[in-house]
Amino acid sequence: MAVIRDPVPAFEFFEPTSVEDAQVLLRRYGADAWVLAGGLDSLDWLKDRIKRPEALVDLGNIPGLKGIREWDGGLEIGAMTTLAELVRHPAVRDRYALLLEAAEATDSTQIRNQGTLGGNVSQDTRCWYYRAGWACYRAGGDMCHADTPEAINREHAILHADRCVAVNASDTAPALIALDARMVIRTAGGAERIVAAEEYFVGPGVDITRMTILEPGDVLMAIRLPATWGGARFYFEKVRDRQAGDFALASVASATVVGNAGIERMRIAVNGVAARPLRLHAVEMLVRGRPASESTAMAAANLAVDGAQPLKFNAYKVPLMRDLVKRAIRGSTAAAWSLLT
Amino acid sequence: MTRAIALTVNGEQCGGDVEPRTLLVHFLRDQLGLTGTHVGCVVGECGACSILVDGALVKSCLMLAVQADGCAVTTIEGLSTPGALHPVQEAFVNRFGLQCGFCTPGFVMASHALLMRNPNPTEEEIRRDLSSNLCMCTGYVQIVEAVKEAAVTLEQWRTSRT
Ligand SMILES: Cc1cc2nc3c(=O)[nH]c(=O)nc-3n(C[C@H](O)[C@H](O)[C@H](O)COP(=O)(O)OP(=O)(O)OC[C@H]3O[C@@H](n4cnc5c(N)ncnc54)[C@H](O)[C@@H]3O)c2cc1C
Ligand code: FES
Ligand code: FES
Repeated sequence: MAVIRDPVPAFEFFEPTSVEDAQVLLRRYGADAWVLAGGLDSLDWLKDRIKRPEALVDLGNIPGLKGIREWDGGLEIGAMTTLAELVRHPAVRDRYALLLEAAEATDSTQIRNQGTLGGNVSQDTRCWYYRAGWACYRAGGDMCHADTPEAINREHAILHADRCVAVNASDTAPALIALDARMVIRTAGGAERIVAAEEYFVGPGVDITRMTILEPGDVLMAIRLPATWGGARFYFEKVRDRQAGDFALASVASATVVGNAGIERMRIAVNGVAARPLRLHAVEMLVRGRPASESTAMAAANLAVDGAQPLKFNAYKVPLMRDLVKRAIRGSTAAAWSLLT
Repeated sequence: MTRAIALTVNGEQCGGDVEPRTLLVHFLRDQLGLTGTHVGCVVGECGACSILVDGALVKSCLMLAVQADGCAVTTIEGLSTPGALHPVQEAFVNRFGLQCGFCTPGFVMASHALLMRNPNPTEEEIRRDLSSNLCMCTGYVQIVEAVKEAAVTLEQWRTSRT
């Protein structure tokens, strides 16, 4: 929701060529600094004048942050790699098609050419009350404007809301959780910190002002995909209103290894339903050792939405999420309808 | 404070002093006078500002001019040659792929980028790919037809040259 679009308030612009230099700048400007990757999420905030950083630190000229490399039987993807590069990469296509599908579901050619994987997983929530600058919990205020009797909250959370009902909108996030990706962070102090994708995202209970564990001054360096889930059976589906320009109302990503005795192991995550992408541990446990059948899928899907608390306009997300989980488990040719949307 | 940038635009060396906050689309229009690239929404939703940067289709309202420093940019003005429209432009004219024309530069650039990547797209692929761009007038049917016609013309070009 636009307040004033043009021109953007002035800022200082830095193009460091090393992460060390970038972090010197981030330290110098502290809370007034902003990390710039592809800029798709960032520029929105600046144009709306809701966030007014004093200094932009562009990571675009740091060579080490770009590209996709073989790593310990898996892949290491630099945080500044664009979504388009992911979609094109042969090793991603051969072994981690789940991530390819998720990246491909991200809007359009232009957005995939410009947006980076690091930016995609670090993007802020799309809650329009928050993005329009309303003083909500997430913005340091004392209420949630999306959770009032009059609120328009069709896109908001059905699970794990805690004061704030915003959701995480990243398309690649659930795929990275399903692939058990590791996020390689360089902390403000210069130390390397590696966390599981699942732990990278935080809900309001942990910190209501942030979507990820990144602390000011931290830089996400790379995302590593372990060999464990390479070539598994994958399922990804994103349900949205329009093909381009719309975020997931709900999405699901799963990696499954099926043997003679049924499902040997599975990792499954959903997004668009809570403040962080959710790994469905209970579902993973339930399906182990069972056939990938309709009845397994049904039991698991009901478990997945257990405890859901819809708001006034988003009760549809409960059956939607249930169906997505079901399809991820038993597979679906029916999902071909999505090609028409 | 401004800074100097140097880039190639439609094959020509260009430069300028820009404030870091200047969007690439505004630099192209206001400083270089290349007003063929349109500004619709300024937030990445309409596609009217689509151009090529180093061969990749981007929305130039979602980029700062300083981010294009050192890059090769192609705008709608770079597609036609003096006296002759580019086959994609020609096809938009032939098939009535435009009415008011506001969205047209963006659609032509997006169609051009699609046909470079995929010279023979199916209707489904055309529709999917061009979903990044919005048109308020045509209802899209003629735009899709224009892209199909352009694909045929470009194919004829290629075969007649080889
Ligand atoms: C029109 C439009 C449609 C979109 N559609 C979708 C969609 O369908 N699905 C979807 O998932 N997203 C969508 N997005 C949202 C998002 O902007 C893109 O997905 C994109 O991938 C973000 O990446 P970026 O490189 O542009 O990030 P930026 O905007 O540059 O960065 C995003 C945030 O992450 C931080 N950040 C980025 N990289 C790092 C790093 N390496 N270390 C530390 N912090 C970092 C930045 O400081 C910023 O806060 C859309 C955006 C637009 C404008
Ligand atoms: S003006 Fe850039 S997408 Fe609308
Ligand atoms: S021709 Fe008018 S907006 Fe497309």
